[in-house]
Amino acid sequence: MNGALRRFLPLVAFAVLAAMLGVGLTLKPREVPSPFIGKPAPPFRLPRLDDAAQSLTAADLKGRVWVLNIWASWCAPCREEHPLLVALAREQQVPLYGLNYKDDPRNAQEWLLRLGNPYVATVVDADGRAAIDYGVYGVPESFVIDQAGIVRFKHIGPLTQDVWQRDLLPLIRRLQG
Amino acid sequence: MHRTRRRMASRWTARLAALALAAAAHGAPAAEAVDTAADPLLEQRVNAVSAELRCLVCQNQSLADSHAGLAIDLKNQVREQLQAGRSEQQVLAYMTERYGDFVRYRPPLKATTVLLWAGPLGLLLAGALGLWRALARQQRAADAEGPAALDDAASQRAAQLLGDKPG
Repeated sequence: MNGALRRFLPLVAFAVLAAMLGVGLTLKPREVPSPFIGKPAPPFRLPRLDDAAQSLTAADLKGRVWVLNIWASWCAPCREEHPLLVALAREQQVPLYGLNYKDDPRNAQEWLLRLGNPYVATVVDADGRAAIDYGVYGVPESFVIDQAGIVRFKHIGPLTQDVWQRDLLPLIRRLQG
Repeated sequence: MHRTRRRMASRWTARLAALALAAAAHGAPAAEAVDTAADPLLEQRVNAVSAELRCLVCQNQSLADSHAGLAIDLKNQVREQLQAGRSEQQVLAYMTERYGDFVRYRPPLKATTVLLWAGPLGLLLAGALGLWRALARQQRAADAEGPAALDDAASQRAAQLLGDKPG
């Protein structure tokens, strides 16, 4: 090893460390990769929000591409994404299904009445058990599920126009073929 | 007149505050901690498993330490499943299935976690190698120079210090 190289070694080491830390800053540790991508959506059988006597299962939705949106009336970021969901439902690009997470059904119903209902149907997960089966840890979360019932994508946090255009829409178009 | 009005106003404030409190208590999804005195042995196992699991809401806390709603729900899951006779390994597998390896503070060794497990050891070995080479280089340099020869003045001074007569 010659002297010039040795003299610059600390600088090189610093540059490598700085680069790695720099990349580390751009990672999002809050967005834990879902182990469900590419795997069958966990089954559920839950009562509907609009009629608790009726239930809906994940299997009922086979044969179409659908989006499962986990929400609650007590969740502030859900309110943030809600207008986008309503707009998407109006455009009818993909059926949205809601999973109402650990909420008071009355509050949930009032929320949909007041802010608009973008969901084809909402199911009630009162004790949060189904959400745990889906690995939900922060509301809102959205899953894209294909015709065969395979989870293709998960977004954690409120959906935005950017996320929709960049991640979900192209995927949904492709899946819908 | 004024006094009654003020009293009424304060009564109304109290009522509003009570209402707000009630609403807040009602709005918070119930996630009750369970009485731990019932079965201390089970509770010990629950805590041992929970300490292995990361709370995903507050990522630098374990499930055992966290009071987040989801953490309490998950801890109740751990308790229920252990109570139902499942093993610690099965409970950990249940959590990993849903939340991925990230949920475990000691993730299993596989291709994606090799760097995590072997990285620190690798760094240690690299450091030891560097240190060893640096020391060897110094030793070689010292050997090449040979022992430093003392000139006359220096040897006299050394002898004086050692208490010998100059010879």
